[in-house]
Amino acid sequence: MTDIPATGSPKSSGSLDHMLYVLRDNPVTLLAFILFALILLSAVFGPALVPYDPLQTDAAKALQPPSWDHWFGTDNVGRDVFSRVIAATRLDLTISIAAVALSFVAGSVLGSIAGYWGGWLDILLNRILDTIMAFPLFVLAMGIVAALGNSVENIIYATAIINVPFYARLVRAEVNIRREAGFARAAKLSGNSDVQVLALHIFPNALPPMMVQVSLNLGWAILNAAGLSFIGLGVRPPAPEWGIMVAEGANFIVSGEWWMAVFPGLWLMIAVFTFNLLGDGLRDIVDPRKRT
Amino acid sequence: MASYPRLRAVLMRVAQSVPVVVGVVVISFLLTRALPGDPAAYFAGAAADEASIEQVRVALGLDKPLIQQFFIYSADLLRGDLGRSVSSGQPVAADLAKRLPASLELTLTALLLSCGIAIPLGILAATKPGSWIDHICRLLVTAGVSLPTFFTGILLIYFFYYLLGIAPSPLGRLDFIYLDPEHVTGFYLIDAALAGDWETWSGAAKQLILPAVTLALFTLAPIARMTRAAMLTALSSDFIRTARAAGLSSGMVLFGYAFRNAMLPVVTTLGMVFSFALGANVLVEKVFAWPGIGSYAVEALVVSDYAAVQGFVLIMALLFVLLNLIIDLLYTAIDPRIGFAAK
Repeated sequence: MTDIPATGSPKSSGSLDHMLYVLRDNPVTLLAFILFALILLSAVFGPALVPYDPLQTDAAKALQPPSWDHWFGTDNVGRDVFSRVIAATRLDLTISIAAVALSFVAGSVLGSIAGYWGGWLDILLNRILDTIMAFPLFVLAMGIVAALGNSVENIIYATAIINVPFYARLVRAEVNIRREAGFARAAKLSGNSDVQVLALHIFPNALPPMMVQVSLNLGWAILNAAGLSFIGLGVRPPAPEWGIMVAEGANFIVSGEWWMAVFPGLWLMIAVFTFNLLGDGLRDIVDPRKRT
Repeated sequence: MASYPRLRAVLMRVAQSVPVVVGVVVISFLLTRALPGDPAAYFAGAAADEASIEQVRVALGLDKPLIQQFFIYSADLLRGDLGRSVSSGQPVAADLAKRLPASLELTLTALLLSCGIAIPLGILAATKPGSWIDHICRLLVTAGVSLPTFFTGILLIYFFYYLLGIAPSPLGRLDFIYLDPEHVTGFYLIDAALAGDWETWSGAAKQLILPAVTLALFTLAPIARMTRAAMLTALSSDFIRTARAAGLSSGMVLFGYAFRNAMLPVVTTLGMVFSFALGANVLVEKVFAWPGIGSYAVEALVVSDYAAVQGFVLIMALLFVLLNLIIDLLYTAIDPRIGFAAK
C-alpha cells in the first residue's frame, strides 16, 4: 500500500473527512462496520471463548430447546448450538476470504494484462470469461467441486474461479481507460518499465472500485460456500459450519425442533447482510453517484 | 422493409451464441476429464483387475489423445448421449429429460411470481422516493440478497407446515393421494388443467407454492432494485419533463414513456437473475425434495455419480445460454431502436 504515489497523502485526510461525513449521514453503514468487527472477533477468538466444546456430544442433553444454559439449544447428539454457530464463523470466513483473495489476485493479474497490452490476449481472456459466465455460477461451482474432488480446498478454488470474471472485467476496464493517460506516459518516459507503470501507477487506481467489489463478493462467497456444504460438498459433518448445520437442522424442522436450523441460518444471514451493507456503504464513500 | 434490419440483428445474436456453446462444451469436457484419479479405474468398479481397467479404458476411448477424445465427446453430445448414470443405470440424458419439466415448472413459476411483485414495487418506490414504500423496497432488496435460499425455504416450512399446518408436507410435486396427471407437457399444473382434473391441479399448486415463493423471494431483490434504479433514471430524463410539460396524463407519462424505457435495463438484468435462479433452484429442490434435475444432481454428487453431475452441469449451462438468447431477442422486440442503430 506504500506504493501509492505521493499525491495520496494530502488527499487521504480529505477522504477521511469525506468518509466520516458519509458515515454520519448513514448510520446503517456505521452499523455494518460494527457488525463486521463483531464477526471478525468471533472468527478470531470465538473458538476460544465459547462456553462448550463445539464437538462435544452428550446424549442425555439431545434436542433441548434454547435455555439459560444452552442459549441456542442443543442438537440431536447434544452438542451446544451456540458454541457451534460461533465456532463456525472461522471456517466460513476463512473459506470466503481465501476464495475472494484468490480471485482478487488472479482477476487483477489477468485484467491488468488484458487491459494494458490488449490484442489477442485481451480477446482470449474475454472469450474465457464469457464462457465462465455462460454457466449458472453455482452450478459451475458444483461441477468443479465434483470434478476436482470433494474437499474444503476445492470449495475455495471453485468459489474463486466463479468470481474471477467480476474482478478481471473491472480491472481490465479501469486499466484500459488509463493506458494512454498523461501520468502513465510520463511514468513511462521517466524510465519505468511497462510492468512498473502498470503495477505502481495504473493499477492502484483500480483499487477503490475493487474494494467495493470485494465487500459485495464476500457476502456472496459465504452464501456460495454455505450452499455447497448444504448439499453435502466440502465440509465434513462433525465440523461446525453454517451451511451443514442448517442441512442437519432441516431434518428436524418438520418435527418442530426449529433452533437447530434457525440459529446457524440466522448467523449466515447476518454475515451476508453485513458484507452487503458494507459494500453499499463503501460504494457511497468511493462513488457517491452510484448511490441507489 | 422495416423488419429487414431487425431480422439481421436477430440472426447476428443467434450466431453470437455459437462460440459460447462451443466454450461451454469445452469446459464441460475438461470437467469430465479432470476426475480425481483414473476415470477408467472408476468406471470399471472397485473389484476390477488391471486387464479389465484397460478394457474399460479402450471402451471409453480414454487411451486416445485428448483432442480426439474431445471430438468423440462432442459427437456423443450431438447424438444426445451424455453417458450412463452409475446409480440409476439409465442414460443420463433420459434421466434429465424425465426430471427437467419439474425444475422448469418451479423456476418459471417463481420468476413470474417475483416479476409480478418486484416490478410494481420498483415502480412505486421510484415514483415516491423517500416514502415508506421506498423504504420497504430498500429493506426487501437488501434482505432479499442476504437470505440464503435454503434457509428461507426451511423457515417457510416451519411456519406454514409445522406451526400453521396450511401447507402440505414438503415432499415432492404431488401428494401420494393424487395420481400423476397424464403426461403432456410434464408441467403438472398445465397437464392437470388440460385433463380438466381440478382436484389434482389444486394439489399440485399447493405443493408448488412454498418452493416457488422461496425461489421468488431470492430473485425479487435484483429485479426490484433494477426496476427502481431504471425508473428513477427514466423519470428524471428530459423526455419525461417534455411529456409532462405537454400536458400528458400522469399515467401516460409513467407507463407509456418512463416504463417502456426503464424496461430495457430490467430485461438485461434478467440474465443475471436467471443465473442465480438456476443455481438457487438446486438448493430449493433439495429442501423441498422436489424431483427436478437439481435434486438429481445432488443425489448423484453424494454417490460420486460423475456422468450424471457433468450432464446436469452441461444441461444447465445450455439452458442458461438459451434463456439469455431469448432475453436478448425479447430486448430486440421491445426496443424499436435496435436494428436501426449503426452496428
